[in-house]
Amino acid sequence: MEAYVFSNLLVAALVVGGVVLARVVRRDRLWSEAMGELWRRRRGSILVVAAFVSIGLLDSVAWKGGSVVGDDLLASHEARTVVDRIFQGAKESSYSAPLASESFYGGEALADPGGHWLGTDLLGRDVLHRALKGVRVALLIGGLTSAIAIPLALLMGVGAGYFGGRFDDFVFFVMSTLASIPSLLLLIALIMALGRGTWQVCLALGITGWVGLCRVTRGETMKLRELDYVQASLALGVSHARIIVRHILPNLMHLVVITLVLLFSQLVLSEAILAYLGIGVSGSWGEMINQARNELSREPIIWWNISAAAAAMFTLLLAVNYVGDALRDVLDPRTLRETT
Amino acid sequence: MTAAIEVEGLSVSFPGPDGRQRVLEDVGFRIAAGEVLALVGESGSGKSITALACMRLVPKPGRIDTGRVALEGRELLPLSVPEMRSVRGAGLSMIFQEPMTSLSPVVTVGDQVAEAILLHESVSKRAARERVVALFESVGIPDAAARTNAYPHQLSGGLKQRVMIAMALSTRPRVLIADEPTTALDVTIQAQILELMRDLQRETGTAILLITHDLGIVNELADRVAVMYAGKIVERAPRRALLSDPRHPYTQGLLRSIPALARPGERLEEIPGVVPAPDDWPAGCRFSTRCAIAFDRCRAEVPAERALGPDRSSACFALEPEAGS
Amino acid sequence: MLAYVIRRLLYGGAVVLGVLGVLFVLFFQVASPDDIARRALGEKARADAIEQWKVNHGYDRPLWPWQDFDDNLFFHHYATMLSFDFGRSDVDDTPIARRIREGAGPSLSLTMPMFVMSLVVTIVLGLFVAFFRETYIDTAGVFLCVLGMSISILLYIIGGQFLIGKLLRWFPISGFDGDPSVIARFIALPVLIGILSNVGSNVRFYRTVFVEETGREYVRTARAKGAGEMRVMMRHVLRNSLIPILTQVVLAIPFLFTGSLLLESFFGIPGLGSLMIDAINQNDFATMRVMVFVLSLLFIGGQIATDLSYALADPRVRLE
Repeated sequence: MEAYVFSNLLVAALVVGGVVLARVVRRDRLWSEAMGELWRRRRGSILVVAAFVSIGLLDSVAWKGGSVVGDDLLASHEARTVVDRIFQGAKESSYSAPLASESFYGGEALADPGGHWLGTDLLGRDVLHRALKGVRVALLIGGLTSAIAIPLALLMGVGAGYFGGRFDDFVFFVMSTLASIPSLLLLIALIMALGRGTWQVCLALGITGWVGLCRVTRGETMKLRELDYVQASLALGVSHARIIVRHILPNLMHLVVITLVLLFSQLVLSEAILAYLGIGVSGSWGEMINQARNELSREPIIWWNISAAAAAMFTLLLAVNYVGDALRDVLDPRTLRETT
Repeated sequence: MTAAIEVEGLSVSFPGPDGRQRVLEDVGFRIAAGEVLALVGESGSGKSITALACMRLVPKPGRIDTGRVALEGRELLPLSVPEMRSVRGAGLSMIFQEPMTSLSPVVTVGDQVAEAILLHESVSKRAARERVVALFESVGIPDAAARTNAYPHQLSGGLKQRVMIAMALSTRPRVLIADEPTTALDVTIQAQILELMRDLQRETGTAILLITHDLGIVNELADRVAVMYAGKIVERAPRRALLSDPRHPYTQGLLRSIPALARPGERLEEIPGVVPAPDDWPAGCRFSTRCAIAFDRCRAEVPAERALGPDRSSACFALEPEAGS
Repeated sequence: MLAYVIRRLLYGGAVVLGVLGVLFVLFFQVASPDDIARRALGEKARADAIEQWKVNHGYDRPLWPWQDFDDNLFFHHYATMLSFDFGRSDVDDTPIARRIREGAGPSLSLTMPMFVMSLVVTIVLGLFVAFFRETYIDTAGVFLCVLGMSISILLYIIGGQFLIGKLLRWFPISGFDGDPSVIARFIALPVLIGILSNVGSNVRFYRTVFVEETGREYVRTARAKGAGEMRVMMRHVLRNSLIPILTQVVLAIPFLFTGSLLLESFFGIPGLGSLMIDAINQNDFATMRVMVFVLSLLFIGGQIATDLSYALADPRVRLE
């Protein structure tokens, strides 16, 4: 199966999954109240995040063929996404300023005068186009890494907290060991060993990222296990699996959600640093910033490349962090369970 | 003669979904020097907020809307913040319900009690320390001198509460507010603490505002009783009179539901329904929704407190001389 | 108490062994000595050149003890690392230990001031914002913190260099001179940027801790005694917050490493960070291995020190 077909199916699956999740949340009173409260407090940021997610999804739906501008025959044989198709404008040869009609060095007429809202980069690519494509990469980094880190953390954390004993000793030791290596160094070491590439980076980020969530789930599971209704279930002979699924996991979900959201910005920022070191994911904002880092020292300065990437990254992360902050307050168990 | 503490028309509100919500409405009482007034009610009746309001420690975003609080004639509500601070812990002290969490875990109990003294009197640290040892002895803490260097987690609940009492009485306050001082303690320790409070109170002549939901404690310690329901005082009487001859339907219901007073084999009576939350208070008498003898006037008007005799009053239309139907 | 110290040290030792194990797996199993040789000599190197290279670097043994108990890379790795016999770089054969010694000074001149000043600044700001909780100052402060957290450190560096180095010309953009009389000029900007880049998340954290402590019941008791807000914050809240503060301090140590990595690279400071970046770019596995080990050791040491200091800070821990 070609990559773009897989990507299309994944998008479809995500959309369906999102709808199902929304219905599950709506049926749970506490969660739907919490989400309503979150919407009230952070309408703006949620909309910003939604906009970015939409762009990311649009950039993940691709197909071949269709109209092409100019004589770029190669393009019609590649799978191009919705976002790609919006930017049908021809490529320039090198730098041009935003909305310019002539190239930055040399002043030649451009193929698409005024059509590059944020200018073009060293290779003549439209900067706005690249910035928007970076959205998908950022979401991919966050999503894929979380898909690796969260199941791992839950498995180890719940297992350690619930069953205790030797398994707990083992998990605790593994956590301590991994946590003792400064995460950037571990990241670098992992990527040097695994090689460079998107899934390698996400795997490395996952390996460095699961420990934090694991620690929290382990502690929380230990507390939950001592609760009266869990003890009662055990006394009644309910199997461990049922107890974990019915009593423990649902009460961990708020922690998982909060961690997911707050981890996201950490992951994107980490990837930016990796990009600077040359071992990031291609097409990311970090890569853009890295490539553009010397442009500010030119005379006259070229500012649009780095500003676009910086602005895009900053906007998404600020919105996500702002929502995550409120999410932490809203999902605080002390407010989830009402007290007199 | 001026009362040790006098409260009049005290009202406190908190912001709610539909604007500000009263949680205390027109509460007032007087306590003479050396007297113990028990403020009785269920959770949610507003008794703790009353105590905090007297200390001007109502947690934000709550606010004292109206009323006055006078300590030996001195008005407390108009005082500036630094002035009020000099009253707190000196003229007016408070002890709380949870001795476990009411003491700072990282400071020795001796230092915490000494802090109470040093905040209000200019004595040397050594002099304060010596007083702390003496105080510990007077509240019955064994091995007092050594105990001053202990940390709260090293002491039992009962000992911690004794420390709290020592701290509250260290500055010889005129009035002590005790908010459910024994609720978090074992029954046997409860008895000891109550006895301690009774002895100290007799010795020092401190007036006490005792907040509790336990009528047994009322019987042990109180001189007079005021019963609160849903933010208002509904009945006042001397202790014996209240316990043997309650007049307000709510007080009667409370007394009927005490297991200790029931005969074996009798069903315990309960007051049907639950205490309404502040945003759910009925128009008219707040108790009307659960009262067995409520009539139309009860549901329409709020009854005012009327005297029922010397030193007794109640807020109930059924008790008024011209009780209508 | 002594038993606790000993247990903690022993566990730290076990973790060190675990870290060495992870490093071994990553640098010898996942990327085998043959891979490393090929990366150093080029893809088309001849088999005997690869073998010779492996002999020169001590990689010509079998990997695991069960392959040859007397002479294997696993034991060799542990033995050399634990005895601080760091060997030579995979790339240019220079002794790694010497490079570390040379790089330590410049790195410390950057990280020490950053660490201390960051701690002071963020705690003071955290107290300040917590003191004014629920007011406009608090809301604005929290927003600024979240803002600060959302900006990549790369942008802080690039922006800082651009603004202060190029536009305002207060400090040199890069370069380093270890001479004590002039060193301040060169580290001022990187230290400043380093502090700024993590002020956001730290102040946010401390604010939360202080506000939470302020809501506790012993604070209510202190107020009922007549203590003022300042006294409450300084004497009660701060002292009770020492444990979360210490925890955060430990968690901040890796960021010192990260920060110094990038700052040294951008500002041309010849410290351990630059050493690491060179190692990454040149695929110098040996140097990378040693650097990760040394820094992890420091980190573990920091964690143990913090755990022990919990006992000093909180009497409940001490008297177990």
